[in-house]
Amino acid sequence: MNGYGGQILRVDLSSGKISKELTPTQLARDLIGGRGFGIYFLLKEVPKGADPLGPDNKMFISSGPISGMLIPGGGKCDWTTKAPLTGGYASSSMGGHFSAEMKYAGLDSIILEGISPKPVYLFIDNDKIELRDASDLWGQGTIAVEKMFKEKFGEEYQIAVIGPGGENLVSYACINHDYGRQAGRGGVGAVMGSKKVKAIVIHGTNSIPVADTQAYRTAGKALYKACKDAEGLKDWTRYGTVITEIWCDEVGALPTRNFSAGSFEGGKNLSGPVMREKIVVTDKGCFGCPSPCGKYSRSKKYGISVEGPEYETVGLLGSNLGIDDIEAVAKANLLCDDLGIDTITAGNAIGWAMECYEKGILTRKDTDGLELKFGKVEETFTVIEKIARREGIGALLSEGVKRASRKIGKGSEKFAIHVKGMEQSAYATHNATAMLLAYMTCDVGAHHNRAWAITYDIQVGREKVVPEKVARVIWLQNFRPMFDVLGGCRLQWVELNIDRELYVPALEAITGIHRSWEDMEKVGERIWNLTRMYWARENEGFGRAWDMPSPRFYQEPPKTGPNKGQITKLEDVNLLLDMYYEQRRWDANGLPKPETLVELGIQELVV
Amino acid sequence: MRLYVDSAKCSGCNACRVACSLNLFGESNPKKSALVIEPHFPEPGIYNVKVCTQCGDCAKVCPTEAIKLDEKGAYFVDFAECNLCEACVPECPEGVMFLRAELANTAWKCDLCGDCVSVCGTSALWIAEIEAVTA
Repeated sequence: MNGYGGQILRVDLSSGKISKELTPTQLARDLIGGRGFGIYFLLKEVPKGADPLGPDNKMFISSGPISGMLIPGGGKCDWTTKAPLTGGYASSSMGGHFSAEMKYAGLDSIILEGISPKPVYLFIDNDKIELRDASDLWGQGTIAVEKMFKEKFGEEYQIAVIGPGGENLVSYACINHDYGRQAGRGGVGAVMGSKKVKAIVIHGTNSIPVADTQAYRTAGKALYKACKDAEGLKDWTRYGTVITEIWCDEVGALPTRNFSAGSFEGGKNLSGPVMREKIVVTDKGCFGCPSPCGKYSRSKKYGISVEGPEYETVGLLGSNLGIDDIEAVAKANLLCDDLGIDTITAGNAIGWAMECYEKGILTRKDTDGLELKFGKVEETFTVIEKIARREGIGALLSEGVKRASRKIGKGSEKFAIHVKGMEQSAYATHNATAMLLAYMTCDVGAHHNRAWAITYDIQVGREKVVPEKVARVIWLQNFRPMFDVLGGCRLQWVELNIDRELYVPALEAITGIHRSWEDMEKVGERIWNLTRMYWARENEGFGRAWDMPSPRFYQEPPKTGPNKGQITKLEDVNLLLDMYYEQRRWDANGLPKPETLVELGIQELVV
Repeated sequence: MRLYVDSAKCSGCNACRVACSLNLFGESNPKKSALVIEPHFPEPGIYNVKVCTQCGDCAKVCPTEAIKLDEKGAYFVDFAECNLCEACVPECPEGVMFLRAELANTAWKCDLCGDCVSVCGTSALWIAEIEAVTA
């Protein structure tokens, strides 16, 4: 099949049976690939009510038609599963070189099911596919394991690996790849750990068939030319995602001390230019990327190297903890990567614990003797280790802030910053209503990448609650995740502002199927509704209440910073949801109406 | 003319290698490209890129004279005349003469098409006149 690996690999870990199926042509036509394949398999194959860490849950790892091709950023890999963190839908997008290698090995998806009786790693070298013993790797950090595999098999092999966090079933354990790219959110690493799969090692040497080689070459090169000609290329590549930090600090969006404010007095020490000058060693790109935002850094102070930190990590493990030293953030980043836990949720969990400590809700007795105040660096390192090993205070924090705050109570639920049980990524939303709505309605919980609407807030007036804002969020939610469906990266469009129409002839030349963006946004809308139906299927009473943000964003105006004293009103939070549901053609409780499902042609997929 | 590289600018993305395979074979397959990117991670955290200098050592040892010089001064492999003897591979001082029989029925090398340069976002690659070697 043009543009595809052509096969789906199924590994039954319980029995050790390995089999392959042809990628269904109709599925490729309907849902294209990546997270489109993921939600299709999740609805179809994982039974209702499955324990996320039990034998009935499955891991679906998918590439897409632009993965491994001459298309800018064609290196995104989707990891879909039932989320241990939230009990709902998890789809985590991992950069690097893994999805390209899947295609060269002839695979569009890898399905892991069951539970292995002992630790294993999955070895794939074209048609040679084996489960191999990983008993001696269990307990090791991700960096050492990847290095060992690279030395053993060679640089052409791509590795995805979990750390002790995943082995110990930390609810936000991640997958690590290429020494610093992650499938980070929702606890996909814990699902791997529950299945006793330490790593996947993959290598492929096949060429990917295309419909029209000449047209593809021309269209692919035109996309690269647009990126190289883009005005934003130089600064974006120089500073990567951390370029955002100064702007966020200025507009009051930089999470500070557990999101109690959006501006940090030490923010200037965490900026892109400071990071570049102090610690960056080299740019480190994902597959096929002409604008590599990945930065590889070295801290002399701590004697460590790490890929990153990315903006989200700077926000959550820096300002959100009151830490203003980029080298300390880099070290905390490395600890999280090596131990295999998500930096975004970890930064939220530690920030929440610090606030509890400062308010006397947690005491030294609860924190294993640590003085867990904002700004404490060594204590932060210690807590990260404890989380990954689920020891002492780490056991509580390994549950994520929703469950941890329910256990502790005493009003701590009010400053547990999450939606649907997933902690908020690094944009404070006291007074940014489109971004707030984006977090409230994001299909995995409070994550930013489906609809990064905060610049739109600034553009049209941040406190405004108008239908245009809601329409913008919906459009972004339908459009942006299509890059996760195609197996590529959205950032060339977002950050370099290249004309998205350039993708259309490239995709047509690769697959032989013409698709306009209007057509692809329709696919995006179908997928959005499918994921919503998955949440409803798995959670009794799912509805409007699940879309509410942390009360901090409608009850506690920041006491400092540019938006001091500003806050979104509760009635506006509700108005946002009313308008959102109406524009989505959902009912007042936030569930897709039966006629909406029929209109989208997906009613049979959600029975 | 020859291809030059500044490895310090490389981010290891491999776009050059896909473009290369597309030029040489009309395929999307970085393992069939004529550039080598060696990542050195986690330490020291650099990429080392190897490219063809068009020195012609490969052509000198080819028994079938399959490696030919074109009008722009680039040595290229005439696929039809390669007999897979592998004599050229160890001669290459840069390690960018390739023969992997499981992948292609011919040896291959850089033919100076320039597609790698055109897709490199960090300007790590460029084509220029061959510099005179000074002792």
